[in-house]
Amino acid sequence: MTKMTLAKSLNAGLRKAMEDDPKVLIMGEDVGKLGGVFRITDGLQKDFGEDRVIDSPLAESGIIGTAVGLAMRGYRPVCEIQFDGFVYPAYDQIVSQVAKLHFRSQGKVPMPMVIRIPFGGGIGAVEHHSESPEAQFAHTPGLKVVACSNPVDGYWMIQQAIAHDDPVIFLEPKRQYHADKAEIDEAATPDPLFASRVVRAGEDLTLLSYGPMVKVCLASAEAAATENRSIEVIDLRTLSPLDMGPVLDSVRRTGRAIVAHEAHTNLGMGAELAARITEECFYSLEAPVIRVGGFDTPYPPARVEEEWLPDLDRVMDAVDRSFAF
Amino acid sequence: MSADVTVKRDVIGSDFGPQLVQGSGLDERDGGPELVQLLTPEGERLEHPSFSFGEGLSADEEAEKIRGFYRDMVLTRRIDVEATALQRHGELGIWAQLLGQEAAQIGSGRALRTQDYVFPTYREHGVAWCRGVDPLRLLGLFRGVDQGSWDPNENNFGLYTIVIGAQTLHATGYAMGVQRDGAVGTGDPERDAAVVAYFGDGASSQGDVNEAFIFAASYNAPVVFFCQNNQWAISEPIERQSRIPLYQRALGFGFPGVRVDGNDVLATYAVTQAALERARDGQGPTFVEAYTYRMGAHTTTDDPTRYRLSSDVEHWKLKDPIQRVKVYLTRNGLMDQDFADSVDAEAEELGEKLRDGCRAMPDPHILDVFDKVFAEQTEELASQKAGYSDYLDTFEPEHAGEGRAGAETASGGAR
Repeated sequence: MTKMTLAKSLNAGLRKAMEDDPKVLIMGEDVGKLGGVFRITDGLQKDFGEDRVIDSPLAESGIIGTAVGLAMRGYRPVCEIQFDGFVYPAYDQIVSQVAKLHFRSQGKVPMPMVIRIPFGGGIGAVEHHSESPEAQFAHTPGLKVVACSNPVDGYWMIQQAIAHDDPVIFLEPKRQYHADKAEIDEAATPDPLFASRVVRAGEDLTLLSYGPMVKVCLASAEAAATENRSIEVIDLRTLSPLDMGPVLDSVRRTGRAIVAHEAHTNLGMGAELAARITEECFYSLEAPVIRVGGFDTPYPPARVEEEWLPDLDRVMDAVDRSFAF
Repeated sequence: MSADVTVKRDVIGSDFGPQLVQGSGLDERDGGPELVQLLTPEGERLEHPSFSFGEGLSADEEAEKIRGFYRDMVLTRRIDVEATALQRHGELGIWAQLLGQEAAQIGSGRALRTQDYVFPTYREHGVAWCRGVDPLRLLGLFRGVDQGSWDPNENNFGLYTIVIGAQTLHATGYAMGVQRDGAVGTGDPERDAAVVAYFGDGASSQGDVNEAFIFAASYNAPVVFFCQNNQWAISEPIERQSRIPLYQRALGFGFPGVRVDGNDVLATYAVTQAALERARDGQGPTFVEAYTYRMGAHTTTDDPTRYRLSSDVEHWKLKDPIQRVKVYLTRNGLMDQDFADSVDAEAEELGEKLRDGCRAMPDPHILDVFDKVFAEQTEELASQKAGYSDYLDTFEPEHAGEGRAGAETASGGAR
């Protein structure tokens, strides 16, 4: 049992995956000597060598494109995209190649690849460093998309994603990297990778979230409890495929649902979840599914990001609106 | 400034360091003075200071090899002609023709060893032939029944890649894997492997191709960048892609480049073989520019008369890659009529096999599209599949049951 931050737990998970399977490679910008700009790969190159922890040229399409070739040769590349806003140069390789090769080849070319992306805002960064592109990948057939929200999940989910035979977009909430510590029990049996989890039980309303917003939602549920509103919080963990079982079970009981994420609201994960909840439990609903998300603007300058990002008050406002129906 | 700059060409940037020569002058049309050629369009053998064909082979062995090239090129052209005809007859939706590029593909394809790996574009029908991919399998993509049905690992020949230049990065990454497997520079001819990325002059403008050059150079990856400069990217001439001969770009990335007569199968073979050997030996990437010409259209939907002169096509007809080999072999008594006839008969047979095989290809079934999206199927997709299957079941009994999950029938009932 060790107490770790998310950054440390991801590092420990990566280390374990590299120990377990010599085919696992890490590649990306500054992942070697520097240990990554967030230090997630700290010390790995020193221990596993330059052939397994590869400092790449500054070319995201090149990172993903060469990872495709390495995967075809039998390796399991774990690519780090330095910041969410830098993934777009690799978007073509991800969408046109990584996502489609298994399908195009009818299974003859598997793509066991993990693409790690630190995502979300709240760190006071300049533009292109605070984005939430998850819906773009969840909308792409052939990709699986997961988001961890805490150190324990970080440790296990990264290992599970690396061991998985399909390409996984692995989203890490960068503002949580160094925020909280949690006990990691390396001997525990983890939940499956593609499973959502009830992280706070409740009776009156279901609050759905993932990544950086889980902490905000838990705080909101705590605040709502003081107003005698019992809120169930679900950490989705997997965004594609969605694990609708726990979500639908919950909403059928509570009759109310709110989806909260940092990403732009329009056509975001909230829209998909609202549609599915409406399709599956229309007669259980006491109120429309409400979305709380980033505005449909580009991510703003850092000095206003705290207002732009959904916070406890905006979630609580949505809770009020739901109960007002 | 050095004084020995090639004359008769516009010199650009002469006050700014290395002198660059501008391509596309009249003398460039034939490849310029740097072109490596070992067999002229008239069928005459040439010597070259750096590259030679047939070293270590007896006269008989060499003749046998060149006859093999002739056969390969004739059969490859037949695949192309037959597929073009199948498109005209509505059996293929589209076909990407290789007419005129047979020598570039056979020369490079025959230089490969079994353990080498090829990442093609969508026009490498001749290379596929060299790798032993059943030509019938090439048709599926163009007929619309699959998206590449061969197993890339069976023949070390990747799937056709339609997004221009994307495969050059895959090749480079694969080569990085070869390095990590210790299959470079061991001196064991059975073990050391090289990777070839095929692409065209148009692709040379793509970011991915340039990134592939950088990665390959940076890691000294065992990859050969084999560019068939066929002068045309659909309607855009090479002048739109490059101000300098393409092979000269390699130097800027830190590895050698060479321009070879892409219509000369002997030179293409020799140059590719040397480049592959460098790669297998651990000396890193090489850029080979096979200078050739797309005699046909970009694809069967294209109309080149809108953008290029027929006199250009006529000019290149005189450089036909097959004709010069035939002239050479015949004039030197290395090929008799029986051999030529047997190759023609083989081509006939291949044509018939392609015609019949193409028409017999079964359509895929809609319910099958759900199965191979992932290695590990998701419940979401399984549920979509089941839902659509149930939907099909709602049709009239004479149609219901056709092609349900598990049913054998090939055509869907709800069309």
